[in-house]
Amino acid sequence: MDIVVLLKQVPDTETLIQIADDKTSIRTEDVKWVINPYDELAVEEALRIKEKHGGKVTILSTGPERAVESIRTALAMGADEGVLVDDPAIQGSDALGTAKVVTAALRETGYDLIIAGQRAVDDDGYQVPAAVAELLGIPQASMIIREEITDGKIRCERTVEGGTVVVETDLPALFTTQRGINEPRYASLPGIMKAKKKPLVRKTLADLGIDPSEVGVSGAKCRVVALSFPPERSPGRIIEGETAEAKAAELVRLLREEAKVI
Amino acid sequence: MAQGVLVFAEQVDGSFRKIAYEAVSEGRRLADTLGETVTAVVLGSGVAGIAGELRKYGADKILVGDDPVLADYTTDAYTNVLFDIVKDNDPRMFLLGASTQGKDLSGRLATRLEVGLAMDCIVLKLDGEKIIATRPVYGGKLLAEVALEGTPQVAAIRPNVMEIVEVAEAGNWESISINTGVVKTRVVDKKLETASRVDLTEADVIVSGGRGMAGPDFSVLEELAGVLGGTVGASRSAVDEGWRPHSDQVGQTGKVVSPNLYIACGISGAIQHLAGMGSSKYIVAINKDPDAPIFKKADYGVVEDLFRAVPAITAELKNLKG
Ligand SMILES: Cc1cc2nc3c(=O)[nH]c(=O)nc-3n(C[C@H](O)[C@H](O)[C@H](O)COP(=O)(O)OP(=O)(O)OC[C@H]3O[C@@H](n4cnc5c(N)ncnc54)[C@H](O)[C@@H]3O)c2cc1C
Ligand SMILES: Nc1ncnc2c1ncn2[C@@H]1O[C@H](COP(=O)(O)O)[C@@H](O)[C@H]1O
Repeated sequence: MDIVVLLKQVPDTETLIQIADDKTSIRTEDVKWVINPYDELAVEEALRIKEKHGGKVTILSTGPERAVESIRTALAMGADEGVLVDDPAIQGSDALGTAKVVTAALRETGYDLIIAGQRAVDDDGYQVPAAVAELLGIPQASMIIREEITDGKIRCERTVEGGTVVVETDLPALFTTQRGINEPRYASLPGIMKAKKKPLVRKTLADLGIDPSEVGVSGAKCRVVALSFPPERSPGRIIEGETAEAKAAELVRLLREEAKVI
Repeated sequence: MAQGVLVFAEQVDGSFRKIAYEAVSEGRRLADTLGETVTAVVLGSGVAGIAGELRKYGADKILVGDDPVLADYTTDAYTNVLFDIVKDNDPRMFLLGASTQGKDLSGRLATRLEVGLAMDCIVLKLDGEKIIATRPVYGGKLLAEVALEGTPQVAAIRPNVMEIVEVAEAGNWESISINTGVVKTRVVDKKLETASRVDLTEADVIVSGGRGMAGPDFSVLEELAGVLGGTVGASRSAVDEGWRPHSDQVGQTGKVVSPNLYIACGISGAIQHLAGMGSSKYIVAINKDPDAPIFKKADYGVVEDLFRAVPAITAELKNLKG
């Protein structure tokens, strides 16, 4: 089975995010880059499926050269091959642009199963996987915590408000991960050594036959026009009181009379 | 020429979700500014009976697509049907909720329509006839204003943020003929809790527990949530400890919530937790460490052992209710 994981490199969640001078992007100096946490779950699930059913796990990412480090980490976890589509014209792409690039690359790698994160914790977009599935014309299941593959069919347990729903479909298909699906393994030292020798191919838009005007800022149908910091929460107040009961009474009074939320 | 606002009103098992009312109300507001009409769409099986409810929120027209295939949400069937409805109605804007269903559906639909989509928006402004949508990015560390190309402009709105506005009832519903098209996914099982528990993303009040709970017994929080009509959530630490299910996790790798009142009990206030609850209207922190970072984000802080403070708050509320 050919399993492809869509992996995005994102700023570490602890990183201080600063707005760049253009006001529409962030400053990338001093950012620590990591694998998007949901994509880590995707890599882990791909490896487990491979261990059970055999096959090959390919890591596919579009991004700048630095993303190689994240692909290598996934290879060190146990994935077999990496593909990075790196082209200056891709910068500024929206979800649809990214999906076009990813889709063209998927047509070259081949796929029976595509695994992505439910969202990238930078743009919080929740969009690229659905766009990829649509462009490929294959079924999708999002935010799943369990999968089961038998006879060319996949069953996915999706999380929805108030519970879960199990959907079944034929492969090829795409699903996205939800916390709870697995606990990602760490790359072992031998894994890291082996990863250095695993194939990692770089491609450009020309290699994939994509017209640069279709992607990047020029092709974007959803464009960031301004970034700003959310309003600071006004500094709160510590409730005074001698006892827990006194504090409780004061808190309840404030919630009723001042905040008027209860 | 494209005209009006089309709103997808989400229902599950014959009841509208709260987000459906939020989306129709927001659609009404935009349409009023534009001087145009709002059309709501309801899809499901046996849902004609509930469609009229949307008149209360200002839908001028309600289109009902009823088909056994639509009984349970599937990406394929809902995308196929909504694509046709959008093409037939040619709206200027299309709104839906960024619920789990809306997130799954909107990316697929916008791609098929070849239009821009603004996901998980908290504010929609109009610049002439164009939507400028505000959406949190980087786990809420920044807000992005985005502009959309293509018609219709599609915006998925974050649950529990936009106001539900009731208006004088108007409009009517009509059933439309639909074609569910090729459907490759089947729903084979459903495990949904009963209506007794409101989902975190829709809750007005959330009482969350963290590592400070020191074990799986969350009964003090359940009781407080009970008197407040709220829902219990958790930090990732509490989930990782196995004290609470993953579905209770609030944060960057959990649910993003926007209740009126969020009460964090025994939670330190890590950046990834704040990413999930920072947009709550009021935040109360109960923590025995006066230096806990959560106090910097809380409107009201109670420095106290939670096992003393929480029952005292519950007792105080019960007293008031008499
Ligand atoms: C990639 C990534 C993603 C993450 N995603 C999330 C996420 O989605 N959600 C999330 O929550 N975290 C997330 N985290 C984890 C986050 O960094 C913190 O580790 C976590 O939020 C801490 O949980 P906590 O506040 O319950 O525990 P702690 O930080 O251990 O805090 C416990 C608090 O309880 C207080 N306390 C102890 N006993 C009592 C008592 N009896 N009464 C009152 N107070 C008491 C202590 O003073 C302390 O402040 C993520 C981390 C990473 C790296
Ligand atoms: N540049 C990218 N390269 C590869 N995969 C991506 C990229 N951007 C997004 N994805 C995939 O799509 C998921 C959701 O991303 P998003 O739609 O941006 O929130 C991510 O978790 C990845 O699996």
